[in-house]
This record gives sequence, structure tokens and C-alpha cells, in this order.
Amino acid sequence: MHEPNKVLKTDYNKCTGCRLCELVCAVKHDHVSNPTRSRIRVIKWESEGIYVPISCQQCEDAPCAIACPAKALSRNAERGRVEVDYDKCIGCRTCVSVCPFGAMHFVAADRKVIKCDLCDGDPQCVRFCDTKAVNLVDAGDVSLQKGREAAKRLQAADRTASTLVA
Amino acid sequence: MALNRKIAYIDLTTGEITAKPIPVEIRNKFIGGRGLDAYLLYNHTKQGVDPLGPDNVLLISGGLLTATCASATTRTHIMAKSALTGMLGSTNMGGFFAPELAWAGFHHLVIRGKAEKPVYLFIHNGEIQIRDAKNIWGKSVTETQWAIREELNDPEVKSLVIGPAGENLVRWANVMTGIKNSGGRSGMGCIMGSKNLKAVAVRGTMDVAIAHPVEALEYNKRFIDQITSSKVNQTMGTIGTPFIWGATNSWGGVRTRNFQFNQCDYSDDLEPERIDEIALETVGENHMAACFACQVHCRGKHRLPSGPYKGRYSEGPEYTSQGAFGAEPDCKHADTVLTCNYLVNEYGMDTLETGSMISWAMELMELGILTKEQTDGLDLRFGNDEALIEMIHRICHRKGWLANVLADGGLPAAEKIGKNSFDYLIQVKGMNNLHSDERGTPALALNIATASRGSDHLRSRPAIDLYHLPEPVLRKIYSSPIPYDGPLSSEQTDYEGKPWQVFWHENCYMAVDMLGICKYHTMFLGATHPNFEDWSRVVQLNTGLDYSPVHLWEAAVRCNMIERLFNLREGMTRYDLKKGEMLNHRYFDEPLQRGAPGVVGRKIDKKKFVKMVDEFYAHKGLDEKGAPKPETLKKLGLENEPSHLL
Repeated sequence: MHEPNKVLKTDYNKCTGCRLCELVCAVKHDHVSNPTRSRIRVIKWESEGIYVPISCQQCEDAPCAIACPAKALSRNAERGRVEVDYDKCIGCRTCVSVCPFGAMHFVAADRKVIKCDLCDGDPQCVRFCDTKAVNLVDAGDVSLQKGREAAKRLQAADRTASTLVA
Repeated sequence: MALNRKIAYIDLTTGEITAKPIPVEIRNKFIGGRGLDAYLLYNHTKQGVDPLGPDNVLLISGGLLTATCASATTRTHIMAKSALTGMLGSTNMGGFFAPELAWAGFHHLVIRGKAEKPVYLFIHNGEIQIRDAKNIWGKSVTETQWAIREELNDPEVKSLVIGPAGENLVRWANVMTGIKNSGGRSGMGCIMGSKNLKAVAVRGTMDVAIAHPVEALEYNKRFIDQITSSKVNQTMGTIGTPFIWGATNSWGGVRTRNFQFNQCDYSDDLEPERIDEIALETVGENHMAACFACQVHCRGKHRLPSGPYKGRYSEGPEYTSQGAFGAEPDCKHADTVLTCNYLVNEYGMDTLETGSMISWAMELMELGILTKEQTDGLDLRFGNDEALIEMIHRICHRKGWLANVLADGGLPAAEKIGKNSFDYLIQVKGMNNLHSDERGTPALALNIATASRGSDHLRSRPAIDLYHLPEPVLRKIYSSPIPYDGPLSSEQTDYEGKPWQVFWHENCYMAVDMLGICKYHTMFLGATHPNFEDWSRVVQLNTGLDYSPVHLWEAAVRCNMIERLFNLREGMTRYDLKKGEMLNHRYFDEPLQRGAPGVVGRKIDKKKFVKMVDEFYAHKGLDEKGAPKPETLKKLGLENEPSHLL
């Protein structure tokens, strides 16, 4: 028996830019406070008040795994994630270069790459995010909320239009 | 490890820079942040030092818990002899600076001297450079920060900066970071300007080790849940501090037309709902932003809805700006408050002092003490929104006689304007009062009168006194961590027991300022918020230091006493209206005219007020003049200060 695959879904409009996710990610994985060790990063345009959390999408056909010359990256279907095998990793950072999201990181102090492992099913970024800008959802439900919000906008537009007609 | 963060000494005259570890014995006594800054200020300045001279020291710090796994410990503290009051200058600000400083290897900076030409500091992983600021001098607060990032080619750099107001030595200039995180009150930005220091930029990527990481993470979750489960913080996280306006103005606690009334009437446009509406219209449903690792997210986002800056992105306003630019000058338009808020943030000047000084000048105009010649023809009357905005520009650039006089601060301005202008200046120790009217609330009146950096609501205000908490609840709060069996009253208009509450909050706020925690996570607005017991645990899990709740309390008492020693050395005397712990005569003479039935007619009873101060002094171990008794100093281990250990 295996659980349905969960995926990380970010809703960046809800992000307050606090970076608590970065703090708890580093503490959980490396037992220290240091955002440069975080697997999730909040990219900011402070002058516009826009904050976007970026983390590994656990791609089905992951560029990092395809490009890795040491075959150190592979997909673990059961856990729904792409994993690094540090015994094979040669630290070439090819994965960092090819990741389309900038979600593969290189920790200078340790000379090694890091990526999101979904905290083995209990992501701390999700657990600590007050506004639910970062969520863990069933892979099949990833578009559900977006659809609901689009529907809300349609309804609102419809109401405005009917007011105009009336 | 938080404990291996260093203290750096930077001399801007000679360019000399040294770094030292902070011995654990010093930590044990003064903890960090504001507490250790107070020790450093008392030790590194001499009596009567010129605030704007090279011998004044500027202290910049994070708290003991900054950048550990404890939420909302991002506060940056800045201290120096005040440019505004000539007494203790101190400011505490949110944002993202202090953790970055800790990741760069430092907890405290001691900056002295004066650079020959404008410079800024760049601190990066243990190294400190003094860099030429010619390309950023003259720029606004946000322009400065973005220009520094461009120059250093690093979008993650966090900076403390001054705007044009600091450069022009406006005595209440702020230190700023981000869009609106403000180190306001007491003119710390003016001190930076006087040292030709435009900014302190920092970038750090060094680990801060956590003593017990697994437990610290779990405890932090519990801590967060305690905070976010309270209604007051849920509300604050939805519309920010403007929510306070609704309640306070309706019962009659908002000073209006300088100090003529205690309620701003016909002011629907200033209500929190209106501010929220503007945010919704210009930014959208999710319009709150947060400081580092804070789940309260109390900072509102909006774009200016009208006026010359229409469409520009801005943050705030806080409750303070509603009062300073709405009620006090009687300009009752949200758009005006937002424009003023935007301007003071970009210029880098204190919102409260700016609004209060202009409103004072408006009352002086009304009384005929100021004339139209002195305002260069400006029609500076209450309710003139355009004149209010124009005065902000003028003060920042010291343009015209009146603006230049006001920019020097309330006490010198009263001297220059003359007549009985001083009688209308609502200040304590040379710093203007918040727009809250304390005539109906003796505890709050005692708080502003005895606050160490001049009139201030963030040093010892027992704001929960307004909640009418049942006596057993008060008893539980105020009998810990030190036993107390004296009087306590749920009635906010009483005088009994209030000195203990003010004393308790003074130590509570000092404790969090030493640790680097934001006051919205304390017994400031929420009666169920974390307390000495929780902080003791958080310190232990994150740093390994075994500080009991009583240890933290005693350190707070000690550091408050050092601040008092500094003020006494600079000439504080109890009944002096300019340098003492006394209120403007209007608190005692003019009864409240508006508001709730229980509020109308109230004023502060002078005799009872003096008795409250007596009791407050007794709790602190002071003599009747407000100076510590020798045995008090001995008990606190301060008998040999200044001891020059660090």
C-alpha cells in the first residue's frame, strides 16, 4: 500500500515575505540558523511588495536528474520526490545550472548541493506558514484552488456586468 | 552560536576597526541588544558630550536571540546620546537587518568619530569596510538601499540608511530599513548624519548554531501558536496597527488639534476600515507584509491613491501616523495621512515628532504666537492638509525660518519662538508625546512621564490596563516572576497599583529589547502573550544559557537603571519640565471634553500623580529625587559603573 503523492504548492500572493520557511528549513535539516542552507527561498521585489517562495517542484522528468553526469539524482516515486545520492554526487553543480526554478542550491561551507526532500512527508515550511502561502496538496488537486479563484472572479465580473445592464 | 557573535569598534575619524568577543560574564549581566547598548553608551561617552560631535557613540545591535530559531527576534536596536533631547537616545526597529548582522558575525557595533566625507559601512562575513558614499548621498531612503545593492552587486544586502532628513541634521531624523521599517524617536538618523555615515550595509551567510535545535523548533511552533491564537494579533495581521484607532478614538483617547480635544470627530476617513479599503483597492486581498520570521505580519501594503505620488508603492500607515497626520493637525483624510506617511518614510524622519511639531505650530498660529511672516506666508492652520504636507518638505530641507527652527526640535524651537509657546508643547524630556491622550488613564500618564528616552509609549506602557482585566488575572500577570501583593485595580481611571504595573512593563519591555523580540509578542497588547517563563525557555533551547525568569527580570531592572544613570549624568531632575519626569500643565488643568461618559471631565490629579511617581521610585529603589540609592546600585551590581569592561 502506498500513500497518494503529495506536492508542494505555493500561492505567492499570500506570502508576507517573512522567510520563516527559510529559517525552519535550515534548522530542521542542518540544525543551524542560516537561510543560505534553506531548501526553500523567498525571492523578493521589495520595492513592489512582491514576494515569491521558490522550492523544488519534484519534476516528473527532472532536468537535474537528466543532466547529472554522476547519475546521483533520481526520482523516488513512492516518496514523490527527486533525491540526491551523496555517495554518487561529485559536486559539479550541473544540477544547479539546469534547474529551471533555481531550486537546487550549493552550500559553500559544506561544498555540497542541497534540495527539498519534503521533510519526509511533513514539510516544515508548510507547517510554519501562517498565511498558507506554501501548501502540501494531493498532486491531482493542485489546480483545484486556482480554478475556484478564477471562478470567483468570473462570478464577480458577471455581477458587475449585470449591474451595468440593469 | 549566538554567543560567538562579536562586538566591533569602528572609528570613522581614523578608520580603525577592531572586533572582540563578548565575554559571557557581560552577557549574564546585560544580555544583549538594548541592555548591552545601555552599558556601552554609559561606558563610552563622557558627561556632557556633544550629541552631534565625534565623541558621541552610535551603537547598533541585534538581541541575544536574533537569528536563532525563535520567531520575531529580528529587532535592531540603536542607541546614542539623543540629537533631539540631549539625553538618552534609543530606537528599536523591525525589518531584516539584525539577523543579517548576526549571520555576518556581529551582535554589536560601536561607531565613533566622524568621517571626513560621506561614507557607508559594508559588513560581510566578519569583515568591515568603510566605503565612499558619494554616489548615494542625497538619495531618499529606498533609493539609497537599491543603489547600495547595485553598487555591491548583491540583491540580498540589507541596509540601515538615513534619508535627506538625516543628512540635513533634522534633530528627529530616523534610521530606516526596507520601505518603512523605522528607527524613530530621539533622532538616531541625525547622529548618523552628524558622523557623515549614510548607511550600514550588511550581508551574512555564516551559521548561527542552535543549542537544542529539535526542541527549539518544536518550542517555536508552540510559541507561534500562542501568539496567533490571540484575537489582537489576528486583527493586527489583517489590517495592522490602524485597528487601534477605532477603539481609542471612540472612547476619547486621541489628542486632536495639538492637545485641544481628546477625540477626532467626523473622521470616518481615518478609520481602519477605510485604510484597509485603500489597500484592497490598490494591492488586493493579500496586502500584509512581515518582518523576518514573524507570523504576525502587521505591516500593510498599499499604493498611494491620489496626489503627486499617486500609484507609488508604500507601506503602513501605523496607528501613530493616523494620529500625527490625521487627528493632531485635524486633517481628516486618509489620502493625506498616506501621503505624509510616504514622505516621512522616504525622507527618513520620525512620523510622530513631525506631526506633533507641525500641530504645535498650528496651535501657535491660532493663538497668534506665530505670525504669517514667520511661516513665509504659509496658511498653517488646523485642517489645512496642503500646509501640513508643505511643512514636511520644508522641515526635511530646513527651508524657511519656521521649518528650520522646528527641525531643531521642540525645546530649542520653543526658545526661539518665545512668548509662552513652550506651554503648548506636549512633550516630556524634550520629546513629543504620542497622539494618545492620557488624561483619563493615570497608568499611561505615569508611563510617558518616566520613560527613559523621553515621552514614549514603548518603554513601559501597561496598555492592557485598558482591557478591564479581572483582578485575579492581573494578580497572576503582575506577581511573576517577582512576588507582588500590593494593590492592583482593573479600573483604568484609578491611581492605585499603577506604579507597579508601569514598573513591571518597564522590565518586560527591556527584557524583550535585550533578547531582540518584538513587543507585539509580549504582554504589550495581548494579555495571553509569552512572558518571562517562556523567554527563559527560549533562551535555554537556542543558546544553552540557563537564565531563569528571575535572572531575566533582574537583568532588565539593571539595564533600566543604567539608562537612568545616563540620564541623571546628563542632568535629569525630577520636576524639571524640560529634563524631568513631569507632564505638561494641560494634563492637570484642562479636563477631557469628548468621548465616553466615564472619560469626559477627567484630568490627571497632580497630587495623586506625584504620589504615583513616588511609589514608582520606591519600586525601583530610587530616592525621592529619582536617583538610585547606594544599596540599590550595590544590589544590581552597578556600584562600579562605568566599569569599562567592554
